[in-house]
Amino acid sequence: MSAILRAQALGKRYGRREALTDCTLEIPPGHVVGLVGPNGAGKTTLMKIACGMLAPTTGRIEVVGEQPVAGPAQLARVGYVAQDTPTYPNLSVADHLKIGAKLNRRWDGNLAQARVDQLELDPKQKAGKLSGGQRAQLALTVAVAKRPELLILDEPVASLDPLARRSFLRHLMESVAENATSVILSSHLVSDLERVCDYLIVLVSSRVQLAGETEELLAQHYRILCTRRKETDLPPGLEVIVADHSDRQSTFFVRSQIGPPPTGDWSAERLSLEDLVLTYMERATDPVRRSTTHPTEDAR
Amino acid sequence: MRSGVAPYLQIVGQVRQALLLGLLVEGDKLPTVKEVVAKVAINPNTVSKAYRELEHLGLAAAKPGVGTFITRSLGQASLAEHGPLQDELRAWLTKARAAGLTGPGIEAMFQSTYRESTEEEK
Repeated sequence: MSAILRAQALGKRYGRREALTDCTLEIPPGHVVGLVGPNGAGKTTLMKIACGMLAPTTGRIEVVGEQPVAGPAQLARVGYVAQDTPTYPNLSVADHLKIGAKLNRRWDGNLAQARVDQLELDPKQKAGKLSGGQRAQLALTVAVAKRPELLILDEPVASLDPLARRSFLRHLMESVAENATSVILSSHLVSDLERVCDYLIVLVSSRVQLAGETEELLAQHYRILCTRRKETDLPPGLEVIVADHSDRQSTFFVRSQIGPPPTGDWSAERLSLEDLVLTYMERATDPVRRSTTHPTEDAR
Repeated sequence: MRSGVAPYLQIVGQVRQALLLGLLVEGDKLPTVKEVVAKVAINPNTVSKAYRELEHLGLAAAKPGVGTFITRSLGQASLAEHGPLQDELRAWLTKARAAGLTGPGIEAMFQSTYRESTEEEK
């Protein structure tokens, strides 16, 4: 199976500001990918490049096997919902479906209608009069009815209340199960993604910090608690991501290449997804800590 | 969702528990992947993986085009029939509390003792 998205040394600059730096990714198909990072990390830039709305400054990208917007066929295979799930406020729900049908060669009108019925949206209602949750569902309906192989959603649930969030994600997962669509979904909240994503990308300060299958990543990372010591005193095969020292105690967040850390005079426990993401965010945004965690620093 | 345990194993654990409690019995049809994800908003791959694991464990079998069915009941020695054991556990809990242990301490002691004893059995 070929990658749903392949990026090689991808970069985007705005003047002197780097929005995306040296981004190399290979995402296998059939995943729901969570793209996580603080605001301004470059999530939207990466997504816009992936759907062809932005041209990269450097590097190469292939989405569903071709360059973004290589032609109408490639365009038909990728669905994109921009931040805050935009709709046309003065057009009705029915108008949205009509336009979708006219503009998309693979449009599935039955699916679109069934979803609108299921959501109990009034076809005559203007999109501007819908609630935030309904508007998000309408945007998702239009994107899903296009029957894309890859669906790119930029912060789709950020502005929704918890109930609307859950409802949106239920419908999204249902359509993933039904159509085997791959999804890339961004958020700055891990809790949104924990249930639905099986692939994780952590993006901080324009760089990819971590990428891989969630389950594998969780199986590789541990929190080690022990009496205060240098990280060089830890057994080999453990890469320290972040170290934290108090007077008596040291806490190491490690990535293990050797499976579960050996037993010793420490306690090792697995991380939650949130801890995992925060560990990498912390490392990327706290250069002081980063230098103290560098293996060679302690040796000097 | 609990942290530290792979989500698909949590589903396997829940099905196993339902079998032990007699809530699921041989011949019962499990909901389809689509039904599960549409209800609880989790990743469909997680559900598929859990179902494959249940098959692997010999607890369920997939009939193509029909669904996944429970193939074995675990309810024979249901927990309720182990009243005396539960009474002993209750008595022990009273002792543990009297000795000053609280919930987390009790849980930690149970977990570590349980782990030790299963390792000894191996």
